[in-house]
Amino acid sequence: MTTQILLSGFGGQGILFTGKFLAYKGLLADKNVSWLPSYGPEMRGGTASCSVIISDEEVGSPIISQPDVLIAMNLPSFEKFEPTVKAGGIIIADSSLIEAKSTRTDIDVYYIPATALASEMGKQSLANMIILGKLLKVMNDFNEDEIKIVLGKVIPPKKADMLDINLKAMQLGSEN
Amino acid sequence: MAVVFDKPHALTDVPMHYCPGCTHGIVHRLVAEVIDELGIEGKTIGIAPVGCSVFAYNYFNCDMIEAAHGRAPAVATGVKRSDPENHIVFTYQGDGDLASIGMAETVHAAARNENITIIFINNAIYGMTGGQMAPTSLPGQVTQTSPYGRDTKHCGFPIRVCEMLSELEGPEYLERVTVSNVKNIIKAKKAIKKAFQNQIDGKGFSLVEVVSTCPTNWGMTPQNALKWLEENMLPYYPLGVYKDRSAKEETK
Amino acid sequence: MADKILMKGNEAIAEAAIKAGCMHYFGYPITPQTEVAAYMAKRMPKIGGCFLQAESEIAAINMVYGVASTGKRVMTSSSSPGISLKSEGLSYLAGSDLPALIVNVQRGGPGLGGIQPSQADYFQATKGGGHGDFKMIVLAPSSVQEMADLTVKGFDLADKYRMPTMLLADGTMGQMMEPVSLDYEVKETVDKPWATTGTKMEREHNIVTSLFLKPDELEDLVVERYERYKVVEENEVMYEEYMMDDADICIAAFGIAARVAKNAINEARKQGIKVGLIRPITLWPFPVAPFKKAANQVKEIISVELSMGQMIEDVRLACECKVPVTLCSRTGGMIPSPEQVLEAITRANGGAK
Repeated sequence: MTTQILLSGFGGQGILFTGKFLAYKGLLADKNVSWLPSYGPEMRGGTASCSVIISDEEVGSPIISQPDVLIAMNLPSFEKFEPTVKAGGIIIADSSLIEAKSTRTDIDVYYIPATALASEMGKQSLANMIILGKLLKVMNDFNEDEIKIVLGKVIPPKKADMLDINLKAMQLGSEN
Repeated sequence: MAVVFDKPHALTDVPMHYCPGCTHGIVHRLVAEVIDELGIEGKTIGIAPVGCSVFAYNYFNCDMIEAAHGRAPAVATGVKRSDPENHIVFTYQGDGDLASIGMAETVHAAARNENITIIFINNAIYGMTGGQMAPTSLPGQVTQTSPYGRDTKHCGFPIRVCEMLSELEGPEYLERVTVSNVKNIIKAKKAIKKAFQNQIDGKGFSLVEVVSTCPTNWGMTPQNALKWLEENMLPYYPLGVYKDRSAKEETK
Repeated sequence: MADKILMKGNEAIAEAAIKAGCMHYFGYPITPQTEVAAYMAKRMPKIGGCFLQAESEIAAINMVYGVASTGKRVMTSSSSPGISLKSEGLSYLAGSDLPALIVNVQRGGPGLGGIQPSQADYFQATKGGGHGDFKMIVLAPSSVQEMADLTVKGFDLADKYRMPTMLLADGTMGQMMEPVSLDYEVKETVDKPWATTGTKMEREHNIVTSLFLKPDELEDLVVERYERYKVVEENEVMYEEYMMDDADICIAAFGIAARVAKNAINEARKQGIKVGLIRPITLWPFPVAPFKKAANQVKEIISVELSMGQMIEDVRLACECKVPVTLCSRTGGMIPSPEQVLEAITRANGGAK
């Protein structure tokens, strides 16, 4: 079993961090994983995307052309990658930033106003974690104990106080 | 019979390849005398350049490294940083090596105040390749590649290295000397010794520019070359201390 | 698995180098390898090592030359245009018989090119990489774990054979994260009596130089060096074979291209096509033997590369024109897709079914 997850949005939305969470989650579950960011001239507000592969087998190419899962956090990403999602796949879209809707019937698309929900929490930068919570819920894989362990791995020690709020955001995502 | 004059230990017995009347021999000897007097031969590593003094590695008794053209300050940086406590590192470079192809390495080693000693031979010409225009060739100077005299409108002006580096915050000590007569030779040795002592004391980048001759490629007798040096080189390249941070701090 | 951590390829190189006893790093920023320098800048001061950002790639490789002359483990890293600048230093390292590790995280070229992954520096790396008769050992990692393992191996080989060793990666390898384990027991066992560390007034002076004006002397030295290269060729070839046992089509690919190829091979196998892979891990010395063997077994070899076809020349030489060797490639920073490789496999197998 191999799951290919493509995450895409603006730089600064935590796209790479979200991917890192998923990769670590796979690693801790004894899976083979790869995490590959897009890279370009360093700039704020540019497009950021990240490919995460979680597999029982050896990971071949780390590049994803047809994702099983797409996390889209802005309109350009949604428009660009929505057609590439495999039949039977999943899209989680931040509906605060993406007004468009998918017309595909062969995939499951979930719209969640993540940025708005994050703003209500007082921290807009948690939108990615709300989406992540939603994804895990949709995949039937929302396990709080495990999430805490993974967060402990991906949040650097000097920002350890951020663990709770991240967890809260993920809970919020799982409930919406 | 008492020996009254001998070769410094820091020089090997290998006969030097330099032309008769060339001042490289004098400067080699001064460097070697200083190494002897400071008792540092066993921990000194010298970096030879590309140019007439390329074979300096055969003449000094300490460990020696031959660098690529112009890169001696970078190589010296590596050697020094590999064991800052136990390595005394000097480079010996000509004007083409230091002030043309290696200018970036020179400036940045100075800017870092790299704790190394640089002996810079300025004789206003490329000697080894047979007398081409150097970055320090004087305006109007005839060389193989400036056969009608250095035209400053066409190829710009000679570079005064000490003056230029003295504008940097980094370097510890910059002095220009010459070896045109006994009095100047004694002064030159004093400067070279200070440049090594500074390194021993951990003070940093110390460069001694030695205004030198190249009788062969200047097309002169050794005697006339020394005269030409004093009459033409020294007005453009005035002798003196261009930077001495510690001395300046002491007088404050 | 508990001891594995997720690391970027570039960071894995840096940490593995430190584990291998490299305490000196000199570099200059260039995408996509800058993380190596950034990691070193953070770590070196904490462990008593030396990170120095040089004024240029040229200065960096010459600082490497300086430390290498003193016999200590030292490295630099860069990406394609920066490696061109370092090529002067590579030639001097080889000409002075100095060990050092040079990392090239390749990007598209020529010229300033682009910053996306490439394998177009294969010629530069394997055919010399500077002026004069010389070779470098060239190691081509295909995973983050190999980025680390081959870094350690690279230092060992460089010391053992007194020659510069290059780790030839690419932008994907440098940027991607994978689980990696960095448990190494490294001991430096090679004596370096030639090192210029000061005579201590106890021995004759050592001279590190690449200058030999007498042609017969230089010839002797180069010939002697090539004798050593022969030993490297006999003892240090590394490669991986994947599903080659019954293969009648062979893919030749290294680094990221080999991973793309594996996807295509797995897909082709599902369709019943007998295809395998030979993945050179040492690009020099090139794994001639497995290709020679494959030439008597398969009907076609497909070289999958991120260039206009460079390794393909060595593959052709290795199989002595016994089978057709074809190219499946993208260049300029583009990466062949598994679908493109599968298409090439299907064609080689006699067309689409």
